[in-house]
Amino acid sequence: MSTPFYVSPQQAMADRAEYARKGIARGRSVVVLQYIDGVVFVAENPSRALHKVSEIYDRIAFAAVGKYNEFENLRIGGVRYADLRGYTYDREDVTARGLANVYAQTLGTIFSSAAEKPYEVELIVAEVGNAPEDDQIYRLPHDGSIVDEHGSVAVGGNADQISSYLDQRHREGMTLGEALKLAVESLSRDTAGAERTLTAEQLEVATLDRTRPQQRKFKRILGRQLSRLLDEHVGAEAGKSADGDEDASDEAAGGAAGESSGASGASDAEATSGKDDSGKDDSGSSKGTETSED
Amino acid sequence: MDFLGAHSPDLLPGNRPLPPVQGAIEAPHGTTIVAASFPGGVVLAGDRRATMGNVIAQRDIEKVFPADEYSAVGIAGTAGLAVEMVKLFQLELEHFEKVEGAQLSLEGKANRLSTMIRGNLGMAMQGLAIVPLFAGWDVDRQKGRIFSYDVTGGRSEEHGFASTGSGSVFARGALKKLYRDDFTENQAATAVVQALYDAADDDSATGGPDLARRIYPIVTVITEDGFKKLTEAEVSDIARAIHERRLEQPDGPRAALL
Repeated sequence: MSTPFYVSPQQAMADRAEYARKGIARGRSVVVLQYIDGVVFVAENPSRALHKVSEIYDRIAFAAVGKYNEFENLRIGGVRYADLRGYTYDREDVTARGLANVYAQTLGTIFSSAAEKPYEVELIVAEVGNAPEDDQIYRLPHDGSIVDEHGSVAVGGNADQISSYLDQRHREGMTLGEALKLAVESLSRDTAGAERTLTAEQLEVATLDRTRPQQRKFKRILGRQLSRLLDEHVGAEAGKSADGDEDASDEAAGGAAGESSGASGASDAEATSGKDDSGKDDSGSSKGTETSED
Repeated sequence: MDFLGAHSPDLLPGNRPLPPVQGAIEAPHGTTIVAASFPGGVVLAGDRRATMGNVIAQRDIEKVFPADEYSAVGIAGTAGLAVEMVKLFQLELEHFEKVEGAQLSLEGKANRLSTMIRGNLGMAMQGLAIVPLFAGWDVDRQKGRIFSYDVTGGRSEEHGFASTGSGSVFARGALKKLYRDDFTENQAATAVVQALYDAADDDSATGGPDLARRIYPIVTVITEDGFKKLTEAEVSDIARAIHERRLEQPDGPRAALL
């Protein structure tokens, strides 16, 4: 009879975390940014049918990366939770915080249960408020922790590099066009710092728009509207770079010329220094604070 | 009801046991709902009165609700149960849309409502009936459609115009004489308010436009652009214009004899 190998709990957890992280890193990224009228979700997703960004409730939306069947399962669970709660009590009583807690419980239980493999997913739950200060963005890593984010957040493969790129350039009060442009720029950088071109067909874009007259604030931006937003901003950005600060003009040069080795080099350095930071999930809150100072 | 039934069956209205009762239960009843279609969509309107026996229970009740972005439902019958049914219907449509990523067809929505009314048959037999009118924009066929129901859930599509509730006979008579199939949106809205005026004229349970209290019928329009409820100012303009004309001609517009 053989004796089972002893594996220390630390090692077991580290292995599971490693497994989940690797699974998530294989996929393409999703970025979520606050803009003046709400929150915009941008994902690199060539599929029209399988969504990475979806509506949960009136003011709440969901974005995910990782294994589709696993996050789809969580998404449907979230819609069910929100609809049931809204029917039983009132539509106002469905909050992103409550939903994030439910997700954290689910992910945490699955992560630490020895019988199941950990979910290879990372989620974002965002809620749009009446004013930009009331917007809430929560990031939920695979292990069931919750990170309260501000301004901008990225998940998926290459997330560290993208977040540091966004942290440097995102500012409060951006218009939808500006935020969208920044998001696309951040997504089109690969690990080596080189740029690819992302077209409207490769993007899945949705907003939670507080100015929408309907009760349900979630809206997908599709087809012509998306192409128009992406195009119109190239022109606007070029005009603005004359009086803009250094970051903005760097960005404009990158956007207009299609490559800016200086800017991408800098963001690479940032990415390396910020790597440990977002690897451990608890420290994310301090990262959130940093962002808001920008 | 599939969703709620599977996850929280105790919340379903039909799952509550009813105590045995003698005679009808006194509860507020909603009264008249009318609908008319026009080339670009459909209007659905309702008066504002709820009655309990001979008493006016509420003067400003709202009985027309959006079911989702492209449809609306107006209810006649027991107000409390009807409002709950509409809430459940809205939940069903929204839940389906979010989970599936696509809306139900208008036909599908109409059938869903039919099943829900059928589920209330037990209560209807005890005097707590719900008889809605369902109207919406059919995205596939590109036209406005109206569906009427009976207490058992029997569903029938109406062409042109329809009405339900205690004043429906008078409202239908009025619409029959007024309706034309080339109405503009505003003309259709005026026609349904005329019909409600006539219903209120002859049915004690239907409330006419209350100019003194500024309580006007609820008028909703569903077109390609989705559901829209006319503002109080818009309905007030229509109601006042009708009232003005009726001061001279109390029975309303006259139809040609031949």
